[in-house]
Amino acid sequence: MENSLLSIKNLHKEFDRNTILKGINLKLNKGEVIVIIGPSGCGKSTLLRCLNGLEDIQGGEIYLGGKLLQKNAKDISSMRQKIGMVFQSYDLFPHKTVLENILLAPVKVQKRKRAEVEAEAMELLERVGLADRKNDYPRQLSGGQKQRIAIVRALIMHPEVLLLDEITAALDPEMVHEVLQVVLDLAKSGSTMLIVTHEMAFAKAIADRVLFFEHGEIVEESHAPKAFFERPQTERARQFLKSFEY
Amino acid sequence: MQNLGIDVLFKGTNFVRLLSGLWVAVRISLISVIISIVLGLVVGALMTSKNRILKVIFRIYLEIVRIMPQMVLLFIVYFGTTRVFGWNLEAEVSAILVFSFWGIAEMGDLVRGALISIPKIQYESAMALGMDGKQIYYHVILPQTIRRLIPLSINLITRMIKTTSLVMMIGIVEVLKVAQQIIEANRRSSPNAAFGIFAVVFLLYFLICWPISKLSVYLEKRWS
Repeated sequence: MENSLLSIKNLHKEFDRNTILKGINLKLNKGEVIVIIGPSGCGKSTLLRCLNGLEDIQGGEIYLGGKLLQKNAKDISSMRQKIGMVFQSYDLFPHKTVLENILLAPVKVQKRKRAEVEAEAMELLERVGLADRKNDYPRQLSGGQKQRIAIVRALIMHPEVLLLDEITAALDPEMVHEVLQVVLDLAKSGSTMLIVTHEMAFAKAIADRVLFFEHGEIVEESHAPKAFFERPQTERARQFLKSFEY
Repeated sequence: MQNLGIDVLFKGTNFVRLLSGLWVAVRISLISVIISIVLGLVVGALMTSKNRILKVIFRIYLEIVRIMPQMVLLFIVYFGTTRVFGWNLEAEVSAILVFSFWGIAEMGDLVRGALISIPKIQYESAMALGMDGKQIYYHVILPQTIRRLIPLSINLITRMIKTTSLVMMIGIVEVLKVAQQIIEANRRSSPNAAFGIFAVVFLLYFLICWPISKLSVYLEKRWS
């Protein structure tokens, strides 16, 4: 129990009197990749945002490495450094170059040495195949390239867990693959991740565990993703997966 | 073609007088612009606050400034308040007060507009990187706000410079007033001076404002 990296206890979230999350319990272990799927508006993105202290919560607790995470607590900034997050909309800072985007937080927030961080940034950029774009501005990049940079920007903080919130949902289809390939490589190298996605083939390939969300609850949880995608146990999950077939 | 009356400009110290009049206008606008930019940034940030009372106060302030002609404001401050409150305001100080009162409101509104045009995701992704409030404003929000602000505020600045021509109405001898004096003094010897001298005044305003708007175009292109 105590070696889970992230643990969520009975998490409740309401918004304008609508209940978005109805008591979520979840434990994420080190090196584990959990994929959350479910229809739009089921609360899966909200869950990720709660985990990074971007949303007020109305009940329950979130622990990261045994420490309680609270949105308005003083240590929230240092907690957030341990949680990397990539959003659906491209969120690079438009007034900074690729390299400046990546270096900003490690240099200014973590106070690391610029030369050391820059060397690591170049290594990561090499890994995602964008080393030659380091001096470009975000507007010069395609959506897929921006998302790969956003992943590098999160990784350079050395987060303990990476939250990916539908990072390919706003991309042109031909760019989805290049981004997901980067995420697959991360999973292979042992990153701990919580991923919300609508890419079912990707979910099946990458997940150690799959959660099917609906109406703010975990409807089905499976430690055997392949089996889940072939034979979901609940009727609701079956219906949902069927909507992806033609 | 008739004589254009420009020769008057080179009589005695006329040209130097005209330039010193221009300096008065530039000085008033420069001080007002600096005050407007500094306090406008603060007011603009306050305008985005969720506090209802604050919002209403700034709304009323902005509307007053927009509705009231600058000349009326000048008259109220210089002729009105000095009598009613019995204080001794110099004309130039009154002018700076009025121009700042105007500039802060409009600058504040520009800052407010620029601030709310920054998408929420910019704040959130900065937060997700572990930045605190100050770091987010300093490294992420402010640089983007200023980029959006510069072309708009340069328009305001040139408008303020041009409007300083009103301050002669409260007895300040600025470039336009000096021009009038020169023309009056030479009415007999060069009756056409009105054309030449005012044309030179026009040129002087142009020489001040044109580089400023050029700068704005340049910055806009560079940052687009």
